[in-house]
Amino acid sequence: MAAGVAAWLPFARAAAIGWMPVANLPMPVAPTEKSKRQDELIILNVSGRRFQTWRNTLDRYPDTLLGSSEKEFFYNEETKEYFFDRDPDVFRSVLNFYRTGKLHYPRYECISSYDEELAFFGIVPEIIGDCCYEEYKDRKRENAERLMDDQEDNKDAKLPNMTFRETMWRAFENPHTSTMALVFYYVTGFFIAVSVITNVVETVPCGSAPNQKEVPCGERYTVAFFCMDTACVMIFTVEYLMRLFAAPSRYRFMRSVMSIIDVVAILPYYIGLVMTDNEDVSGAFVTLRVFRVFRIFKFSRHSQGLRILGYTLKSCASELGFLLFSLTMAIIIFATVMFYAEKGSSSSKFTSIPASFWYTIVTMTTLGYGDMVPKTIAGKIFGSICSLSGVLVIALPVPVIVSNFSRIYHQNQRADKRRAQKKARLARIRISKTGSSNAFLHSKRNGLFNEALDSTEEEQRLSKSTSLLESQHHHLLHCLEKTTNHEFVDEQYYQQSYLDAGLQNYPSRSPSLSSQDGMTGTCCTRRSKKHHTPLPNASAATHMQPLTHTHTHQQGLQELSTIHIQPLSTSRSSLNMRVDEPAPLNCQSSQITTAIISIPTPPVTTPEGDAHLPAGPAHQNVVKVSAL
Amino acid sequence: MKSRSQDQSLTDSRELDRSYDPLTGSVADDSELSTVCYRPEGIDRLVQQTNFSKKELQVLYRGFKNECPSGAVNEETFKNIYSQFFPQGDSSMYAHFLFEAFDTQNNGAVNFEDFVISLSIILRGSVTDKLNWAFNLYDLNKDGCITREEMTDIMHSIYDMMGKYTYPSMKDSAPKDHVDSFFQKMDRNNDGVVTIEEFLETCQKDDNIMQSMHMFDNVI
Repeated sequence: MAAGVAAWLPFARAAAIGWMPVANLPMPVAPTEKSKRQDELIILNVSGRRFQTWRNTLDRYPDTLLGSSEKEFFYNEETKEYFFDRDPDVFRSVLNFYRTGKLHYPRYECISSYDEELAFFGIVPEIIGDCCYEEYKDRKRENAERLMDDQEDNKDAKLPNMTFRETMWRAFENPHTSTMALVFYYVTGFFIAVSVITNVVETVPCGSAPNQKEVPCGERYTVAFFCMDTACVMIFTVEYLMRLFAAPSRYRFMRSVMSIIDVVAILPYYIGLVMTDNEDVSGAFVTLRVFRVFRIFKFSRHSQGLRILGYTLKSCASELGFLLFSLTMAIIIFATVMFYAEKGSSSSKFTSIPASFWYTIVTMTTLGYGDMVPKTIAGKIFGSICSLSGVLVIALPVPVIVSNFSRIYHQNQRADKRRAQKKARLARIRISKTGSSNAFLHSKRNGLFNEALDSTEEEQRLSKSTSLLESQHHHLLHCLEKTTNHEFVDEQYYQQSYLDAGLQNYPSRSPSLSSQDGMTGTCCTRRSKKHHTPLPNASAATHMQPLTHTHTHQQGLQELSTIHIQPLSTSRSSLNMRVDEPAPLNCQSSQITTAIISIPTPPVTTPEGDAHLPAGPAHQNVVKVSAL
Repeated sequence: MKSRSQDQSLTDSRELDRSYDPLTGSVADDSELSTVCYRPEGIDRLVQQTNFSKKELQVLYRGFKNECPSGAVNEETFKNIYSQFFPQGDSSMYAHFLFEAFDTQNNGAVNFEDFVISLSIILRGSVTDKLNWAFNLYDLNKDGCITREEMTDIMHSIYDMMGKYTYPSMKDSAPKDHVDSFFQKMDRNNDGVVTIEEFLETCQKDDNIMQSMHMFDNVI
């Protein structure tokens, strides 16, 4: 329960008056404040700066330092104030949290000092309000990355017990780790360059013999080029195989872009080796050589910039696609128009619409080769419109794309971050919500409700672990349960009981719900305490060693089901009869035993009971044994 | 159709300060500054009107003002506050009925006086007063009698607060059955409605109810 509304708890409790006339069951007794203190001001002296607040304000969050008894350690008897030797500026935010229920992160504060203060005062940073949460998380991540970077630099020092394979992989990924790696890096770079230059020079026409036409160098110095090519390919092959060997996950390595580039770079050579004899496919073999140019992409391992560019294009793909699409539209429109405009003129180059595409593209990009020109007047008019619009169509989207890209890129990052954070926050909120309802269920199990009944002083002190606020809240929820004659359970249990109700006709509650064990004790003791006259089934109850789970809070059906926990003290067996036995069960006993129960005499049903319980009268001789 | 000039100037000013986006029609949240601010009457008058002591009123007001700095609770905030106490179920309907009951002036907001007067009745009033208040809560149209439909609505809202995960699992007929049993108990002359006299009479005879009425004696 958010303590920001703790002040409204009295109102919520008062509003429960609406349930009273409607309820058929008696209400549980309210927890009382034994010592009704007047609210007092307490002074918190933080490094000399005095803060004052009401004691109740601090009590709103009992699981923090200031809200619990931990602050008594800091109490100064002489000055009658609580002294904390901490940063007063950060303490402002901390104290405001108690006052308003929202924790804010001041931007000028260093993130680690803030974290330390929060840790000291026992406040979980996750409850920082939405207004400041993003900033907090960003700063924290930045800080963590910075620390991590520092750590990574240290980590580069060679760890003694790395396998040879791991060393190799690290050498490949970070050439700066060792001289060998650096040498390897430069050698491969050199050979890539050599290979690319070779491919280029291969096609340059070298000096020709006087009576022959010019031949490219490749055909003149075939052997030399072939040797060069072989050397390069061998180096690349060796490199690829070494990377493959060193990769921690070979499958993933083989799927990565860089390795595909590597493969594509060296494959033509091998295919060429295999296929040189065959005349027919030599044409195809020639085209395969084109793929050799992909070797230039191997440079992207050496250049960070290339990688970023590649990633940029990939992430900007949709914008580029849109540009392409709009261009295509314009091209088709103008090509069609030009074709029909030029259809009339004789010897027109615009033979078909696809043929006009070329003209449109050349005109729109303002290239204007001049190999196709319109001759008719209409053609010229549309041609000029085409070139003017070409300037617009091309020039406009490009800056938009550039800025769009930059904005979208950053925005996406932020949106993803926020989405991830949101999911985590919702989960946390859900947890805290279930936490509060779980707290109620938990305290039910611990039989804390019984403290209001005639329990001894000792047990009261023991059960003081929940604050008064919490106990009042739980009392409220308990009243609601009584009014509606249903109990709150947690999701797990609900699913289970749903399943069970579907599966079997006779009552059985899954034994796996050890979490619900305590309820049995509480159930029965409560009932036994409240009804001093023995229930019609009290005799039945006495036969039960462990207490049933399934009988509801009414004079109802008593069905026996599986055993749950057998409480520690065996005197519990007669608990149901001894009505004024002090209450709180030690249901948290870790000692679990199994027991065999026998179903007692046929239970008595009440009309209400029948409506609510899924099963009919308990079956005799149904014995379920389970060990928990 | 509003007069054009008025409308026009409104649009212009809104567009000028950019708090209004003509494309989406959304108004920026600057209008959130509610200039209305209810102040309660003097504390001494409230002490006279209610059965609370000065100190108690102070504590109540501090909590009230903390949550509603403007001095009055609207229904949304009311529902919000109430839902924090019932995380498992949906308390909005019951909170709505409560709001109607607290809002004695029927102006859509509960200010501190309404709040404290109702609380005084519930917590410090006589049993008859409390029962009267409860009757007033149930009587949705405030016509002096509770019909079956009204009771069914109330019952549904109470059962909604339990949520889905209950034991035994909530049947759809549970509220209806409860209403039936309520009417069986309360409706003496079997005319289908429960009047205030029947209500008071039955409640005063029922020990459980009388005892639970005293539960509120030490809430504040």
